[in-house]
Amino acid sequence: MNEMLTLMKPELVLTGIIFLLLFIKLGKGMKNETLLLLIQVLLLLNFISGFFFNAEGTLFGGMYQTTGLMVLQKNILNLGVYLISLLFADWFKKSEHMPEFFMLMLSALLGMFFLISSGNLLMFFLALELSTIPVAAMANFDLEKRRSSEAGMKMILSSAFSSGILLFGTSLIYGATGTISFAEIPFHLNGSPLQILALVFLFSAFAFKLSIVPFHLWTADVYEGSPVATTAFLSVISKGAVAFIFMATLYKVFQPMQAIWYNLIMILAVATMVIGNLFALRQQNIKRFLAFSSIAQVGFILVGISSNSTDGTTSVVYFILIYIFSNLAAFGVAAAIAAKANRENIDDYKGLYQSNPFLSWVLALALFSLAGIPPTAGFFGKLFLLTAGASKGSYLFIIIAALNMIISLYYYLRVVRSVFMDKNDLPMEKIQIEPSAKLALIICSAGIILVGLLSWIYDYIQNLV
Amino acid sequence: MNLSLLILIPLLTAAAVLLMRNAAQVRWVSLLGASAQLVLAFVLLFLFNQQRAAGNTAQMLFETQYNWFPSWNISFHLGVDGISVAMILLTAFVVIAGVLVSWNVTKMTKEFYFLLILLSMGAYGFFISLDLFILFFFLEIAVIPKYLLIGIWGSGKKEYAANKLALMLMGGSALVLVGLLGIYFSGKEHSFDLMKLAALNIPLQIQMICFPLLFAGFGVFTALFPLHTWVPDGHSSAPTAGSMFLAGISMKLGGYGCLRVATFLMPEGAKEYANIIIILSVIAILYGAFATMMQKDLKYINAYSSVSHCGFVLLGIGMLTKTSMTGAVMQMVSHGLMTALFFAVIGMIYERTHTRQVSEMGGLLKRMPFIGTVLFIVGLCSLGLPGLSGFVAEMTVFMGSWQHPDTFRRIATILACLSIVVTAVYILRAITKTAMGPLKEGFELLTDATWNEKLAALILIAGIIAIGIAPFWLNDLIAPGAEVIMQKLAIPK
Repeated sequence: MNEMLTLMKPELVLTGIIFLLLFIKLGKGMKNETLLLLIQVLLLLNFISGFFFNAEGTLFGGMYQTTGLMVLQKNILNLGVYLISLLFADWFKKSEHMPEFFMLMLSALLGMFFLISSGNLLMFFLALELSTIPVAAMANFDLEKRRSSEAGMKMILSSAFSSGILLFGTSLIYGATGTISFAEIPFHLNGSPLQILALVFLFSAFAFKLSIVPFHLWTADVYEGSPVATTAFLSVISKGAVAFIFMATLYKVFQPMQAIWYNLIMILAVATMVIGNLFALRQQNIKRFLAFSSIAQVGFILVGISSNSTDGTTSVVYFILIYIFSNLAAFGVAAAIAAKANRENIDDYKGLYQSNPFLSWVLALALFSLAGIPPTAGFFGKLFLLTAGASKGSYLFIIIAALNMIISLYYYLRVVRSVFMDKNDLPMEKIQIEPSAKLALIICSAGIILVGLLSWIYDYIQNLV
Repeated sequence: MNLSLLILIPLLTAAAVLLMRNAAQVRWVSLLGASAQLVLAFVLLFLFNQQRAAGNTAQMLFETQYNWFPSWNISFHLGVDGISVAMILLTAFVVIAGVLVSWNVTKMTKEFYFLLILLSMGAYGFFISLDLFILFFFLEIAVIPKYLLIGIWGSGKKEYAANKLALMLMGGSALVLVGLLGIYFSGKEHSFDLMKLAALNIPLQIQMICFPLLFAGFGVFTALFPLHTWVPDGHSSAPTAGSMFLAGISMKLGGYGCLRVATFLMPEGAKEYANIIIILSVIAILYGAFATMMQKDLKYINAYSSVSHCGFVLLGIGMLTKTSMTGAVMQMVSHGLMTALFFAVIGMIYERTHTRQVSEMGGLLKRMPFIGTVLFIVGLCSLGLPGLSGFVAEMTVFMGSWQHPDTFRRIATILACLSIVVTAVYILRAITKTAMGPLKEGFELLTDATWNEKLAALILIAGIIAIGIAPFWLNDLIAPGAEVIMQKLAIPK
């Protein structure tokens, strides 16, 4: 019992918070402002607790496993959720059903925790469902907006579809190897056609969640229609979690079929980067723009994953930490502007710097980090992903990735140009930012600058791998 | 001397600029920072010469090394040889002149100076890094300040020019990045360390792939034909100090990279591709010169002539002799000072006449004797008048090139020499039309240079004359650095 308490600490703490919220909701005694503050404090404590009393081991006959790296990955997600609770305070306060939103979000997070820790295909499938279905409800949370319902519907349909594919892949694996335990599957893999088919199915399910091209079609619509807090959660937390587990599955479970999935990843990474970038070029809506740019970012994550080494693991985890700061900062600025000025188009950002220098600099910093320009952390993140990817020696692949960095720079600079250079006859008024959102933006900016320059953060991750 | 100071001082200046309350404070703090840089550069020169005189023959002096990302074998490794010291001096001169001529910038003064100082930090960092990772880091740090400087404070088609510059330079960096990764994985022990890689003798087939990538990548920065197209647009749209930094410092990053990284680390690749480099640089020299003849805007004249002059840098590197490479570095320093001065003068003229068209000007010398004189000095330096730096540098390149007895290189040298005639034509035409002749109507009330402009011009002129009259100190500084590269080239396959 005691062992279970320490090993499952992240999940248990999170479950405790969810139940606490449920009781508060039933009691009906708290104003939104107070409750939000309480939630923010709880999530901060949750994040801090992630650094203490950690243990490694397995539970339930190998169904649940945890290592230092997994705890760190969970805690990176914790940090992201904490930042989300700060960033979108404005929207949360206005929302009638705020506790429900947090319950849904934390349930999804709980699902992701189990996903990261799963040691068995059954557990894996359950966790995946837990991490997906609440998100569909979150996408549908702007109840009065049609687009939001549309987003929820698209999300649930595509999730159900990908779950079906995953389940089919799972059954094929069981048929081909006779086991569902992650620890045992590798010993039964020999690259037979049936197993390759199973790999492809599993791969496709992951590709759906990560919006890898050609499974990305749901992304832009869902991102645009959902409330911005959900979009941020989807593009940062959900992607991060799936990238972690995708990498772990490929490295550990499918290690014997490495030659096969390496080619698969290489082709998909190129397609994802190119298509994501080309679509992002034409976007006008900032949320759609960030959606496509996040597709392109996943392409870069795949470059890192393709390396199949500890360097690859480290740089992917490191990149996702940086990506959380950068992307949340960008979404935070977009949300602040959308909430106060009700504008979501890139053209509306013209002349933003004149009235809102703080928001402009944060946005510029975030976009530079996403584009991989030094001294922001994004530079280090991308460079290490590419270096890890280059260790396999396929230079054409790396050249394509490097060229994609230029394409992406073009559209990131387009936003920067609107903000700093273009003139606007009707400039946006001075926007009052919520204090907590401001705090979050400062944390994100500090993260964007420091995570790269402080090399011990990278070493810390490296030591856990 | 701890070389980190060269990065720390600009960094502290930039931070201090952000804290200042009004434009006047910002200016003075920046000037203080830039002066500190200049003092530091001279102290470095003095200490460097002292060490060399004391018989310290190590290739790099003042090496410092801090661990940074040990799992990738990346360290913050700094060190200088004579070539770097020359480039650092150049940077310090251009920075202080740039700060001085920007005294009248009123639009977002704080941001302007912040970006300017940040840009100088990138340049210093680039010239002193001995680890290819941080070299690349500093190379890219300098891109965004350039983009914002042009886009916000520029004139004309500024957004287009800023975008073009940023994308082309990033394209160059992308090539450099792939080349660097190729080098990184070439040895058994993966390393970005320049000195370790130099000792390693990178395998031949890797040199064949990585040399062109690195040379072309750095070549974008230094206007390698046909990758030079950002130069005219970028330079002419940038604000005065921006053009000075672009042409004076930023283009030199490329030349330095071609020499220090591409040629020094991959001598076999350099030999293999030397002919292509020579052909491209001769095209750049001639094409740049003839294109300048057709320009009517003073900034475009200097921008295209920069393409031509930077061609000499690449020609000097491509010729692969000690003299020609020394000449290439001297040309970088000389052109940096000269072009910065030229852009400064153009800026001064434009601020008064509100035009840069040669045809709309005339007789400026009458109303503005100081500015007119400076225009003459810089023009004569550009066309290679003995006694000024341009002559020394280009002469050294020619002499180095002529050392090859084969016909191909002889013809290339002669063709490059011909450009001097063209240069004389366009320079003399432009400056006589601008400064001499009858005073144009409406120019009667123009005033001469203010104290800050005079100081900026005098600092740069001092540099130009110091090289022109006594080139030996610069030659002695650079030549041992070139000698090391020659030794690498002499090692048989």
